Amino acid sequence: MKSFFNKKNCLAIASILLTYLVFFVLISTGIINRYYSGIILLVLINITLTVSLNLVVGFTGQLCLGHAGFMALGAYTSAMLSVKLGLPLFVGIIVGGIVAGLFALLIGFPTLKLKGDYFAIATLAFGEIIRVILMNIPAVGGAKGLAGIPSSTNFTTAFIFLVITILVIYNVLHSSQGRAIISIRENEIAAEAMGVNTFKYKMIAFIIAAFFAGGAGALYAHYVGYIQPVNFDFMMSIDVLTFVVFGGMGSLSGSILSATLLTVLPEALRGFQEFRMILYPIALILLMIFRPQGLLGNKELSLKVFSKFTKTKEKEV
Amino acid sequence: MEFSQQLINGLALGSVYALLALGYTMVYGIINLINFAHGEIYMIGAFAGFFAATTLGLSLVPTLLVAMIIAALVGVIIEKIAYKPLRNSPRITLLITAIGVSLLLQNGMALIVGRDPKPFPDLISAGAINIGGIQISSKTLLMLGVSAVIVLLLQFIVYKTKVGKAMRAASYDIEAASLMGINVNNTISLTFAIGSALAGVAGVLVAISYPSITPYIGTIPGLKAFVAAVLGGIGSIPGALLGGLLMGVIETLTKAYISTKLSDAIAFAVLIVILLIKPSGLLGKKSNEKV
Repeated sequence: MKSFFNKKNCLAIASILLTYLVFFVLISTGIINRYYSGIILLVLINITLTVSLNLVVGFTGQLCLGHAGFMALGAYTSAMLSVKLGLPLFVGIIVGGIVAGLFALLIGFPTLKLKGDYFAIATLAFGEIIRVILMNIPAVGGAKGLAGIPSSTNFTTAFIFLVITILVIYNVLHSSQGRAIISIRENEIAAEAMGVNTFKYKMIAFIIAAFFAGGAGALYAHYVGYIQPVNFDFMMSIDVLTFVVFGGMGSLSGSILSATLLTVLPEALRGFQEFRMILYPIALILLMIFRPQGLLGNKELSLKVFSKFTKTKEKEV
Repeated sequence: MEFSQQLINGLALGSVYALLALGYTMVYGIINLINFAHGEIYMIGAFAGFFAATTLGLSLVPTLLVAMIIAALVGVIIEKIAYKPLRNSPRITLLITAIGVSLLLQNGMALIVGRDPKPFPDLISAGAINIGGIQISSKTLLMLGVSAVIVLLLQFIVYKTKVGKAMRAASYDIEAASLMGINVNNTISLTFAIGSALAGVAGVLVAISYPSITPYIGTIPGLKAFVAAVLGGIGSIPGALLGGLLMGVIETLTKAYISTKLSDAIAFAVLIVILLIKPSGLLGKKSNEKV
């Protein structure tokens, strides 16, 4: 236990608590009004989604185009639990995540054997199948959707879930399982040759990502109060993928930055809503041609940048 | 009787999917790229035909030609601007770019012509012929006829001309082809042009039969045509034909006998099944992964 409270961890805990307190105070005293606090909630949810997708796309190197399907599963599960059974939000989040994770297990078995392009199309297909099936179940509202979901998502819940997501994924990546996962991205055949069970680790990454996406979906459902299957279509998957690619596939801090930027910017540019649908894809294409590694590539934002100013001079003899 | 009626309809729909699937398969065969934007080129062909038929008042055959030419141009432009700079990039980058192009075309068209459906003029007189108790409308005949002619033309180009030989060579091994003196860039552009022209024709044919078009009609047929190409074996021209016809028949029979709402899901389920059982497709060749 002693080694837990080293400098790095204490710094991390302190900064997390500080961020939380700052925003919590600002929101509850009303300095940040409802509109902005809503945007902050969306930012938190989007960061959760982006970080979870980055685990599969950026760190395992498997392009997944069906992330919205997992989000939908979490959203609908938690919504049904709240509306029909009156259970509190955190139960919905956990159960929603578990349901999404189970579906990832089911979907993963056939699809994780496929190569890159085919895996992408297969996940796209599954995302659409989930959406179409949800549209055809009258018990969850069918195409008209599910309304009357209590708005129980607040800043605290979303923040705690986000912190848990990032902590879990960070720790997974910095473990031996994480090294196995990254080796799959680097060169799958070499990894197999070194004895890494690529199927098992791809599945692990897939399930973890789905769990957190499901949880984010639950948070989303309890924020907007009304969900329809069409909210979770291919475009939603592409939105999250854009966040991942923009921030850098393989960079957690990049995902946090890009999700924040790309959630806040469209709100700030509300007047240009029409052109947003054109600017977005143009930006995506330009990004891919000129800077495919995104904002941070696969590097993380770290405090090493500041070490230059604090380092004492060392003379070479 | 009902069944054969549905079968004919399915084949007509299938011939449209086949035209689109041919475009997918030819592009994938040559540069290993799944051109997500192909569905939008089909949509652009429909709008080009709309423009030709309404503003210019052209009749059937010139409209088809105009649609083919404009679609081919758009295809080549997209290739030169968006795909050529990324020819040596990892697959994920190309896929994302293709998705970006697809979105750009959709929303760009929506911005230019508006989102409301446009009525497509009747370029062929409505009528039907009767063979043994089955009603075949003239529009269905048109779909089947034009598709057959175009496919025969394609067979001629690919198997009997020098440029077709270049295309086939490039699809086997693009580096060896360039070593043999084939201008690979031009071959790729030609492949895009031909594939896009086919999509343009498909767009006009569908617009004649289901006479209202919006900028968003490209996505779902594009995806289904991709499933058709994979079903038949991606990279194989006869496979694309077979896959397209099968998808059309499966979809029509599903709508008739199971449920209209689930027809989309069934198409994707077909994809999953074929990827599990025979990923190289019905007529595809098995390729071993090179280390």
